Amino acid sequence: MSSALPWYVLLLPFVSAATIVLLTRRNGGVSAFISVGAALIGFVCSCVIFASPETTALELSWINLKPFLDVPLGFILDDLSKTMLVLVTGVGALIHIYSLGYMRDDTGKARYFAALSLFMFSMLGIVLANNFVMMFIFWELVGVSSYLLIGHWFTRDSAAEAANKAFLTNRIGDFGFMLGILMVWASTGTVVFGELAGQMSNLTAHPGYLTAAALLIFCGAVGKSAQFPLHVWLPDAMEGPTPISALIHAATMVAAGVYMLVRVSFLVQASAPALTVIAWIGTITALMAGLIATQQNDIKRILAYSTLSQLGYMVMAVGLASGEAAMFHLFTHAFFKALLFLGAGAIIIMLHHEQNIWKMGGLAGKLRVTFGTFLVGTLALIGCPPFSGFFSKDTILGLAHEKNAVIFHLALFTAFLTAFYTTRLVVVVFFGKARSEEAEHGKEAPLVMTGPLLVLAVPAALAGFGFFANKFLHLPHLEGEGNAVRILPLAAMLTGVALAFFLYRKRETDPIDLAILRRRFYFDELYAWLIHATQYSFARIAAFFDRWIIDAGAVRGASNATFGLGSLLRLFQVGNLQAYAFLFGLGIIGIIYLTVFS
Amino acid sequence: MILLFIVFAPLFAAALILAGAPARKTALWSSGLALAAAFAAFLGYHRGQKGFSYVTTLPLSDEWRLNFILGLDGLSLTMVLLTALVTLAAIWFTGKVERHENAFYACLLLIAGGATGAFASLDLFFFYAFHELALIPTFLLIGIWGSGNRQAAAWKITIYLATGSFILLLGLILLYRSVPEAARSFDLRVLQAAASAGQIPAASQNHIYLLLLIGFGILVSLFPFHTWAPEAYASAPAPAAMLHAGVLKKFGLYGLIRVALPMLPEGAKHWAWLLIALLLANIIYVGLVTIAQKRLDWMLGYSSVMHVGYIFLGIASGNLLGLSGAAILMFAHGLSIALLFALAGEIRARTGTLVLKDLGGLGKVMPLASVAFGLGAFASIGLPGFANFAAEVMIFFGAFRNGAEMSGFHIFQVATLLALWGVVISAVYMLRAYRATFLGSMPERWNGLPDLHRHLRVPLGILLAALLWFGFFPQELVRLLQPAFRNHFPVNAPQSEERN
Repeated sequence: MSSALPWYVLLLPFVSAATIVLLTRRNGGVSAFISVGAALIGFVCSCVIFASPETTALELSWINLKPFLDVPLGFILDDLSKTMLVLVTGVGALIHIYSLGYMRDDTGKARYFAALSLFMFSMLGIVLANNFVMMFIFWELVGVSSYLLIGHWFTRDSAAEAANKAFLTNRIGDFGFMLGILMVWASTGTVVFGELAGQMSNLTAHPGYLTAAALLIFCGAVGKSAQFPLHVWLPDAMEGPTPISALIHAATMVAAGVYMLVRVSFLVQASAPALTVIAWIGTITALMAGLIATQQNDIKRILAYSTLSQLGYMVMAVGLASGEAAMFHLFTHAFFKALLFLGAGAIIIMLHHEQNIWKMGGLAGKLRVTFGTFLVGTLALIGCPPFSGFFSKDTILGLAHEKNAVIFHLALFTAFLTAFYTTRLVVVVFFGKARSEEAEHGKEAPLVMTGPLLVLAVPAALAGFGFFANKFLHLPHLEGEGNAVRILPLAAMLTGVALAFFLYRKRETDPIDLAILRRRFYFDELYAWLIHATQYSFARIAAFFDRWIIDAGAVRGASNATFGLGSLLRLFQVGNLQAYAFLFGLGIIGIIYLTVFS
Repeated sequence: MILLFIVFAPLFAAALILAGAPARKTALWSSGLALAAAFAAFLGYHRGQKGFSYVTTLPLSDEWRLNFILGLDGLSLTMVLLTALVTLAAIWFTGKVERHENAFYACLLLIAGGATGAFASLDLFFFYAFHELALIPTFLLIGIWGSGNRQAAAWKITIYLATGSFILLLGLILLYRSVPEAARSFDLRVLQAAASAGQIPAASQNHIYLLLLIGFGILVSLFPFHTWAPEAYASAPAPAAMLHAGVLKKFGLYGLIRVALPMLPEGAKHWAWLLIALLLANIIYVGLVTIAQKRLDWMLGYSSVMHVGYIFLGIASGNLLGLSGAAILMFAHGLSIALLFALAGEIRARTGTLVLKDLGGLGKVMPLASVAFGLGAFASIGLPGFANFAAEVMIFFGAFRNGAEMSGFHIFQVATLLALWGVVISAVYMLRAYRATFLGSMPERWNGLPDLHRHLRVPLGILLAALLWFGFFPQELVRLLQPAFRNHFPVNAPQSEERN
C-alpha cells in the first residue's frame, strides 16, 4: 500500500464535490455518477488500507509555528480508524447507490450529490485525523454538510429552520469542544493524539483541570451525537431526504461523537468524575429518547428517537470505561439503523411522501423485500438473538451490571422501551388494514433501492457474531456474568414485544395518549422560551442601548457641537461636506507643520 | 519599482479618469495590473527574510528629515495583497453610476491608492498622510452617492474618523518627540531601533500608547467608538463599503501592530486590561446588538464591528501566534466582508430593500448570489476551509496561551472563553440572516428577479479563491509573517503580568 493511499480516500470525495460544484452542477445524472463513483472507489481503497498492516501515511503541515503550535495534517491508522474507514465508506457507498433511486426526480440532484460527497470527505477526515485541531476542522465541516443536506429542500420553511437548529446546537457543543482542546494544549503543549498520551502526567497532576478539560471535550460529543441536553436538533434533522437520515443522522455522523470519545479514551478515562457524568448523560439520553419514541407518529421521528436512545447506550458504555463496548454497538447500530432508515425511505417514497404511520398499515404483503429487511433491522435493534444488536447491547448491559446497578436497571428498562416502540412501529405500518389511499396502492421500490436493503440486511443480522465482529473490533470480554444478566434483557425485550403487539394489533388510532411524551417533554418549548428570555432579550436591550445611549448620547452630543461648527463655517459659505473634508485635511497638515517643525 | 507601481497605478488612473479617460475601463485595467503586480511581489518575496524588501527611498527634505520611503515586509505585503484583491472586486462590482461616474471611480481608486500607500510607507509622515488621502474620498462617496439618510451618515463617519485621526496624530507626534533629539526620525525603522534600544521611557509609553489605542481604535470601530460603522456602511454605495470595511478600516489594526505594539511594549502591557475589556464588548455586546438587527446591511455592518474584536484579541495576546492570527484575520475578514457587502448591494439593487422580513426564498431565483453569500457567511463565521478559521484558531491558541497556569483561569483565558462564545453568537446572526434572505418560502413579488450577471463570477471567484486557498494553506501566510513578528515579539509565551 502506498503511503498516499489514505490521502486518495480522503480527497476523492472532495474532488467529486468540487467537480460537481464547478463543472457539472447543471447535470444531475453526471453529478450523481461522479459522486457514486467516488464513493465506490473510496470503499475499495479503504478495504485495501484495512487489509494492509501499514500504520503510517504521508503527513503535511497545516499550521506550523514551532515551538508554539504545530498542527499537522496527518493520519492515524490503527485498528479503530481502519474499522471506521470501512464502515463509513461501505455504508456510505450503499447509501449513495440508494440515493440514485430516492433522488431520481429531484431538481436539486446535483446539489444533493455534491453535499453528499462533501459529507463523505468531512466524515473520513474525522476518522483519519491524528490530532485535535484537524479533527475539529472536519468536525465542523461535517456540521456544514449536515446543514446543507437537512436544508436540501430549502424552500420549505421547516427544512430551513431545522438546518439552522442543527447547526447552532452543534456550535454550542463545539464551543465546549474547542475550549477543552485549548485546555489540553495549554498544559501539554501538543494537540497530536500520539504525543498527548505521553504527556498525560501534566494533566493528571491537576485532577480538577483534567476533569474540566475532559468534560468540555465531551461537550463536543454531546452536540454531535445529540445527547441530552443538546439532543433537540436530531429529530428535526429528519426534514432532510431519507438517505441522509440513514447515513448522517443514524449511521455515521452522529456516531462521530462516540468515535471521538473512544479515540481520546486515555484522556477521558483518566478522570473518574468525568466518566460518571458521561455515563449518566448517556443513560438519561437513552431512557428519555426511548420514552419519547413510544408516542411519536412520524416514522422517521420514531427512528430518530431510537437513534438517540442507541447513541445513549454507546455514550453510557464510554462512561463505563469501555470504549470497546461502545464501538461494538456503534458498529452493529450503523448497519441495522441504516437498514431501518432506508426501509422507511422506501415506504415513504412509495407512499408519495407519507410519513405518518397511522396512514400506513398492511404493507407487509405489498412491499415484501422492504418488509423482510425491515424485520431484520427491527430484530437487531430490539436485541433479539442471534441478530447483531443482541450481542452489542448485551455487552453494554453486562458492563452496566458490573459497574453500576442503577444504570443497569435504567438500561434494562430502556431495552424494554426499545422493543415496545419498535414493535409498535412494525405492527402499525406493516400489519392490519391499509389506512389510507396511498397505503392501499403501495408498491415495492425499484432494485436500486431494495438492493442496498438486501446488502445491509446481511451485516445487520450477522455483525454480532464473533467470526464477523472479531475481524473488525476488539471485543470486550466480560467475566463472571450470572444468568440473571443473560436472561433479564431477553425478558425485557420479550415483554416489550408482546405488550406492543397486543396493544397495537388491529388498531386504527393510538390507544395511549400521553401528551408529555408526544410533546417530547416540552424541550423545544423550553429552549425556545429560554432563548427568547435570554439571548433575544439581551440582544434587544443591547440594540436599544447602542442606539439610544451610546449613539445618541456620545455621538449626538459630539455632532451637535460640530454642527455648530458647521454653521459657523457656513458663514464663510463653505458649509458643505466636501469643503469640510478638504479643510480637515489641510488643517492636519498645518498641525503637523506647527507641532513638529517649529 | 514594483511597489511604486502598485501604489501609484490607482492614483495615476484616478488622475486620468478625472481628466476624462473612460472611467470603468481605466479603473479595471489599473486595478487588474496592480493586483498582478501585488501578486508578483507576493510570489517574489523571499520567505524568511528579515527586514523590508522592495525598498524605495526618495529623499524629500533634509531640513524636515522627510523622506518618501516605501517597503514591504510580510505584514505589509499581506495587507497590500488584500487591498489589490478587494479593489479589483469593488471596481468590478461597480455597476452603472447615475451621476458623476468618473468622479465615483476616481474616488474608489483614491481609496485604493491611499490604503496601499499607507500600508507600504516606512515613513511616519506618509503612513499618516496616505491614510488621510484615502479617508476623504470615503466621506465623499457616502455623502454624494450614498442611500438612505446619507448626509447624516456621512457627517457621522466624518466626525468620528476625523476625531480618531486627530487623536492618532497627537499620539504619533508625541511618539516622535519621545525619542531623544539625535535619534528622531520619521523613518519607522529608525524609530523602531530607538524603541528597541529602550530609549522611550515607560512613563511616556503609557500615555502615548493610550492615545494610539484610542486613535487607531476609533478608526477600527473599537467599542464604544463603533456606532459610525453600521450606519455608514448601510448608507455607502456597495463598492465604498467593500473598500472601507474590507481594506481601509484595517489601517488602524495595522498601525497598532506596526507602530504601537513593537515600539511601546510597556504601554501595551499597562493597558492590556483596558483593551481586553473593550474588545470583549466588541465581541459579546456588539454581537448581541447584531442579532437584533432587522436589516441585512446593518447586520453586516455590526458583524464587521464584532469581528474586529477577534483581531484585537490576537493583538492583545502580544505573542507570535496571536499576532499571526490577527494579521491573517485582517486579510481574511477583509475579503469576506467585501464579498458580503457586494452581494448585499446587488440584492438591494434588485429588490430595493434589505429589510430581512421582506426578503426570503431568494435562493430560488438567485442561485449564484445565494451560493456566494452562503460561502461568504460561512467564511465570516469562521468555518474550516476558509482563511478566517485558520486565523481564529491561531488567535484563540495565542490568547489562551498567554499566561497558561494550571491553577484557575487567567484574564486572557476568560477572554478567550468569552470570545469563543462569540463564535456561537456570530453563527446565530449570520445563519438567521441567511435563512431570512435566501431560504424558506419566497414572497411572490420576487418572482422573476434576475440573478447576478455572469461576469460577476470573476470577482466573486477571486475573493473566494483567496479565502479558500489561504484557508487550506495558512502556512503560506504564516511563513510570510513570521520574520516580521519574530523580531519584535517573544517567541515563547510571555507570562503576562496583568494589573488590577
